[in-house]
This record gives sequence, C-alpha cells and structure tokens, in this order.
Amino acid sequence: MARPETETELAELILGANGPLSIRGGGTRGIATDGEPVDTTALHGIRLYEPGALTLVAGAGTPLADIDTVLAEKGQRLAFEPMDHRALMTTAGEPTIGGIAAANISGPRRLQAGAARDHMLGVRFVSGTGDIVKNGGRVMKNVTGYDLVKLMAGAHGTLGVLTEVSLKVQAIPEAEATLILRDQPMSDAIADLTRAMGTPYDVSGAAWLSSGATRGPCERRIRIEGMAGSVAYRAAKLSDLLGADTVVEEDDSAILWREIRDVTPFANRDGAVWRISTRPTAAATLCDALKAGGLDITTIADWSGGLLWLLTPETGDAGAALIRAETARHGGHATLIRANSAIRASVPTFQPLSPALDRIATGLRRKFDPRGILNPGLMGPTT
Amino acid sequence: MQMPVPDPRILSQKDALAAALRKVLPADAVITDPVETRAYECDALTAYRCPPLMAVLPASTKEVSDVLRICHDFGVPVVPRGAGTSLAGGALPTQDAVILGVARMNAVLERNYEDRFIRVQTGMTNLRVTGEVEGDGFFYAPDPSSQLACAIAGNIAMNSGGAHCLKYGVTTNNLLGVTMVMMDGEVVEIGGPYLDAGGLDLLGVICGSEGQLGVVTEATLRILPKPEGARPVLIGFVSNEIAGACVRDIIEAGVLPVAIEFMDRPCIEATEAFAGAGYPDCEALLIVEVEGAPAEIDEQLTVIKGIAERHNPVEIRESGSADESARIWLGRKSAFGAMGQINDYMCLDGTIPVSELPTVLRRMTELSEEYGLKVANVFHAGDGNLHPLILFNANGEGQLETCEAMGAEILKLCVEVGGCLTGEHGVGVEKRDLMSHQYDPADLEAQMAVKDVFDPKWLLNAAKVFPLASSDTRRG
Repeated sequence: MARPETETELAELILGANGPLSIRGGGTRGIATDGEPVDTTALHGIRLYEPGALTLVAGAGTPLADIDTVLAEKGQRLAFEPMDHRALMTTAGEPTIGGIAAANISGPRRLQAGAARDHMLGVRFVSGTGDIVKNGGRVMKNVTGYDLVKLMAGAHGTLGVLTEVSLKVQAIPEAEATLILRDQPMSDAIADLTRAMGTPYDVSGAAWLSSGATRGPCERRIRIEGMAGSVAYRAAKLSDLLGADTVVEEDDSAILWREIRDVTPFANRDGAVWRISTRPTAAATLCDALKAGGLDITTIADWSGGLLWLLTPETGDAGAALIRAETARHGGHATLIRANSAIRASVPTFQPLSPALDRIATGLRRKFDPRGILNPGLMGPTT
Repeated sequence: MQMPVPDPRILSQKDALAAALRKVLPADAVITDPVETRAYECDALTAYRCPPLMAVLPASTKEVSDVLRICHDFGVPVVPRGAGTSLAGGALPTQDAVILGVARMNAVLERNYEDRFIRVQTGMTNLRVTGEVEGDGFFYAPDPSSQLACAIAGNIAMNSGGAHCLKYGVTTNNLLGVTMVMMDGEVVEIGGPYLDAGGLDLLGVICGSEGQLGVVTEATLRILPKPEGARPVLIGFVSNEIAGACVRDIIEAGVLPVAIEFMDRPCIEATEAFAGAGYPDCEALLIVEVEGAPAEIDEQLTVIKGIAERHNPVEIRESGSADESARIWLGRKSAFGAMGQINDYMCLDGTIPVSELPTVLRRMTELSEEYGLKVANVFHAGDGNLHPLILFNANGEGQLETCEAMGAEILKLCVEVGGCLTGEHGVGVEKRDLMSHQYDPADLEAQMAVKDVFDPKWLLNAAKVFPLASSDTRRG
C-alpha cells in the first residue's frame, strides 16, 4: 500500500508505476479495482475556508467529517448532501472529499441544490502520465478554458488522481420540516412529488419508500428548508395541496433524510443494491416492468422519482440484464452499488455507454492515462 | 489580434466546397456572396473582423451532420455561431473558415412539466425558452444580459451566466442533455431528461468548450417553477470597501438573495444622466433582490436591511411595488447603454473571491490613474464576477492599445488574488493569449488533450481559447 504525503510524491509514484494502481480515499464504497493500492488520505487538510465567500479548499484525502465540523462551526454545510456508504456497504474507514468528488456523490438535496459536481469550483490532480494539473479555481463563476472539474467529477479516478478540491458551500437554514403521507401507492406518490417540484415552494427533498423499505406502510416524504416563517408557510401550502398525515421538524425531519441519503433501509439485508437515474415520470412504469419481468424488488425512490434505489435478490445476475435493458428503454442509467463477488466479477458496475460515447470515453482515458493504470476497467476498457 | 494565416489550398477550393454543400442544403442556406458574408465577419466584440469563406445555415441535426462531414473531408475549419452576441470573439471567423450558423434551428421539441424539462433546438434565443414555459408558471434560469438575442447554442458553448446565477447557477448547472454533431459528422446523444448523465461527465466538459468540441443542435434544459414574487432593495454606501463588506456579511448571514448587483460612482453618475432612475448620490450602491411569497420576502429583507444598517448606509430604499422595483432595476439595466452613450468602452469579465473586492477595487483606481483611462464598475457582487468598463475613445490614437494593456493588467490582478480571467463571457480570441497567466503548460495541455479526442484535426473554432503558440502544432 502506497500512501504519498505530497502531490509531488504521488506524481513520482504514478510515473514510476509499472502496473495497475487501485486508487482509494477512505475505501468506504467497496469498488476497489485490482492493483497496487494508492491511499490518498495523507493528502489532507483544509487549506482555505472563507465563510463570507462560501468557499472551502481541502486536500483530497481530507475526511468529510472534518469538513462538516469546520463548516458547522460557521453555520454552513455542503449543499449536495453526500451519501455515507458505510452502513450499506458494511465498510469502515472515513469517507474523504476526494472520493466524494471523484464519484460525484450527492444525496436527496441534489434535486434542488445540484450534485457534487455543481459545487466543485476547482480541482488539482495527477494524471496517468504523472503530470500535475489544475483546473477551475475557487471562485463561483469561471469559464476560463475547458471545465475539467466536471470531467474529473464522476471519472472515479480513471483520468487522474485528485489531490485537492475547492468547493462552494451553503448556509445551514434556520429550519426544516418534512411532510409525511403513508399508504400511498408508488405511481400516485410520484405524481404528487413531481407536482410538489412544480410549485414555487422550493422543495429540497422528495422521496417515496416502499413498504419493504420502511418495514411498515409505504411512505411519501417531502422536505422544505429555510427561514422559520417561510418553512411554516410552505409546509401549510404543501399540506393543503397534497395532504399529509404528519409534519415533523428539525432533528425528527433530519433523521428521515439521513436514512434516505445513506440507503440504510437496505443495510444489513441480503441482496444486491442498484442505483438508477431516470425520469421521475418513468419511475413507476420502470419498476412495474422489472416486476413483470419476474424480478423481486424493494424500492426507495428519491429525487421525486428520478433516483431509484433497488434491492434485488443476489441470484443469477441480480437482475442486471433486465434492469439495464429497461433502464435504457425508459431513459437513464443503472449502477451496481453492492453485490457479492461472483456477481461483481461478471456484471459491469456502470451502465454500458452507446458505441459513440464509449469511443469518446476510451479516447479520453487513453489521453489522460495512456498506460491504462488508473483503476483500470472500472469505467470501461482502456484500450 | 493575430489569427492563423488562411490556407491558400482551402481558398482555391471555395467553389467546389460550395457546390458540395449545396447538394445537402437548400440554395439559400449556403452564403458565398462577399457582401452577404460580411454579416458574419464579427460578433459583439466588434474590434476584430474578418469575413469568412462562406456561411451555412442548416435547419436540422441531419443538415449540420452533412455540413460537418463535408467540411471535414475538405479539411476546412468551421466556426460555429449562435446569435453572434459573444463579447470575447467566440464567433470570429478566419478567411478560410466556414461559419455554421444555427439560427434556422429554433423549434421546441418537447415540454414536460412533471419532469421539469424542455428540449429545444439550440438556435432558439435564451429569452424565448422562458417565454415557451412561463405561461405555465415555469422559467429557464440562466439569464445573460443579452438574453433577448443570444442563442442557447452560444449559451452552452460559453457556459453563460447572468444576474440570477447566485441562486440558480449557470448554464452547466441547468443543462441535462444534448444532441451534438462531431466534426466528422457523427451524431452523439449525451444525457437526457434525467439527472447526472451516465459515464464520464462529457456534458460538463462540452458546456463552456466554446464550440471547439462539437456543434450542439438540440438541448434538454432544466426548467424551474417561478417564485411567487421578487422584490429588490437598493442600498447606497459611502465607499466601495463598505459596500463590499456588506456583500460579505449578507452572504455570511446565510440569506441567499437571487441577485446582488454592485455599481460604483462613475457608473451611477453615467446611468443617472442617461436613464434618470433617481439613484442616491453615493460612492457605491447595491441592488439586492430576494424571492418568495410576500411574507417570505419581508422576512429576508428584514435580515438584509439589518445588516446594511450596520454599514452606515447613505440610503436604504426598499421597493414597495412593481413600479418601484422597476425603477430600482432601471439604472442597472441601462448601465451598459449609458456607458456606450458617453464613451467607447471595453467590458472585462474577471472573477475574484468576494473577500478580495476592496483590494481589487482600490487597485483598479490606481491603474486607472496610471493609464489615464476611467473605469466604471457594474457587476454581480454576490459571486465576485466583475465587469469593469474601461472608457476610451476608439478614434484617439493608441487609445485602444492602452485600453487593452490596462484590461490585461486588471485581469492579471484578478488571477493574482485567486480569481480567473473570465467568469461568464468566455476566452474566445480576446483573452486567448492571457491564458498562460492563469494556467501552466501542463494545465493547458490537459485541456487541449480533450479537444484532440473530440476533434483530432483541430478544425472546429480552433484558433480560440488557447494561446496560438501552444496550439500551433495541433492546428496543422
């Protein structure tokens, strides 16, 4: 296991490597590839924090927990609400900001506030050729040259190893509340959630959990955040419009969204876990098609139906062929998040791309990692 | 402005190329007449002009694909053009280039309020996108000042922003999918009406690539429900520094206005003379706008006014009606027109960390004295995106050069304090040769490697963005 202490050491390590490298931060997501492990956690530390400019710059190996603590002291947070994979994946370790950035990890608030990539203002990274590269910066608006920040977000370390990330942060609102409605079937619930998203009431969470996920009746949840008076006003408006059994506030509300963010209803349960991005209005028919195809699924729908978390039996291909075909047909893409090693070995983690996009992606990997040593195979072939 | 020397081989093939293009396009969509091609000799950066070899106006993705395939086979450079409103020379042609204008592609392809998106052809203007959905209570958030004229194609190429991006983000944050034609004519689909396209974030790198990676013909855009209402407050200050400190305190307090606009004395005086908005006599002013229901607006404005009170304001003017709101915005919206009345001006677009605002404004005053040219400031303060207007006389000998030199100094200053050369206008030709002040050779190499993959022959808008010397070997 290599654990470079500086960006230069990392560059030398990559330049001198003569085989595959397996890049990891906290190692909490359980998708490590074969190869010599490269641990980025020594590249840590918050290098700049300006609450009045809403910006924070940190080494890629900085634990998310450290960043959360420093931000909370000034009443701020990361708006994109990154998921903590540890419960779901039964992993230890500390999630790092570099891992979150490399995988573009976002949570329920992504629907309203944008993804990790939308809050990344700049990056530094070492490419597969050992070059140290910076892109973007620490200002809110920047169109100076190509946006490689976005390209690195979600590249899962296959184009370069992140060493530093600069982020836009957000003030923690004064109040939050969640409207809960139980026993509403999926298609009706999603219709309500998309309706809620079409109101001016600035919904920051819109989810539905099937009865298999709640272990009780299925449940629709709508979250609003903001100044206290405004939250009360919007909660009343949305209750009138869509109905609610209960309205919970503050910590009682926050805990409901941590559960969805971290997909804890699927933790400590047998089965493979899938994550599907699709159109909200396609979510219910997509799930129906999977059931009609004979797949037993337990569902959590986040992002007003645009994000489906599915628990499927770990038999055969865990539903891969059916899920990928139906997702392609409905529009979107499916990622295999958790499965036993036999399934992992035969099912690609990511939805295969169209031949044209695959050629572009492969071309980019060849340019940034011509030897094909950075997490090889994770996002597709290198040659 | 140095541009590549036109290729005589291409110039000599003009007729053959026009004939090939006329086989795939209607006759009136291929413009070769030297008088008519003059319409495409520049964009809104009018200081640089060059008529193209010809201009083509395809009306569909298929026609764009045919055009690009033919140009690729002929080895002819192509300069894509939206509405030609670029302030950075993004659509400036060379003599041996074909201008590909998207103006005839302006249809709505799909509207979906449940999934909150609209899919359009990219020749559609920015304002019309909002126009297509506002009757149903929705809007498209990025709102560049040129929104009446500018096309979505150009917005995507330049990753356009606007006054309201403090809350809603810029184009890249509101773009869900594209249909794009590669230089060799291949049509690719990226993303779609769902969040976070699969695979590498190609959408993210295409947005803001200044038309160098492909020609985007169709776009899936995120639309948002309109807020119940919006109301601005105008606050006057005794100094730029104090206004800057107030911006910081508002942001730190956790209120998120949709816009915080800043104007300094030279700008206030010019707009007063031009538009007579009745602004207070002060060194600097802020226009802060918040959104929501009436009670929500009151709640936010109370906090903002409380903060402003701590900065000894000259005046706090809260809008009480739609009419008063319009008057508060009147001066700001006519600022560029007002400056144009009294002088020629060059508009810069550097972005700085908000905390550096006082330092940068002070240094700009010094530079203004040093170069003997006046500077007026009007900008988006919440996100640090400056728009210094350097006033000069285009007919005065050497004044344009002095102005350009001073502009370069200001942009270098922006980079020095941790900012960047351009926040929303793009690099184009204007800031191309300043890129090495912000980026090291390895940084530029990594960006150019992306173009190598999308456009291996470097035919698309190739003489832009990167210093000519660094892209020289690639452009062939």
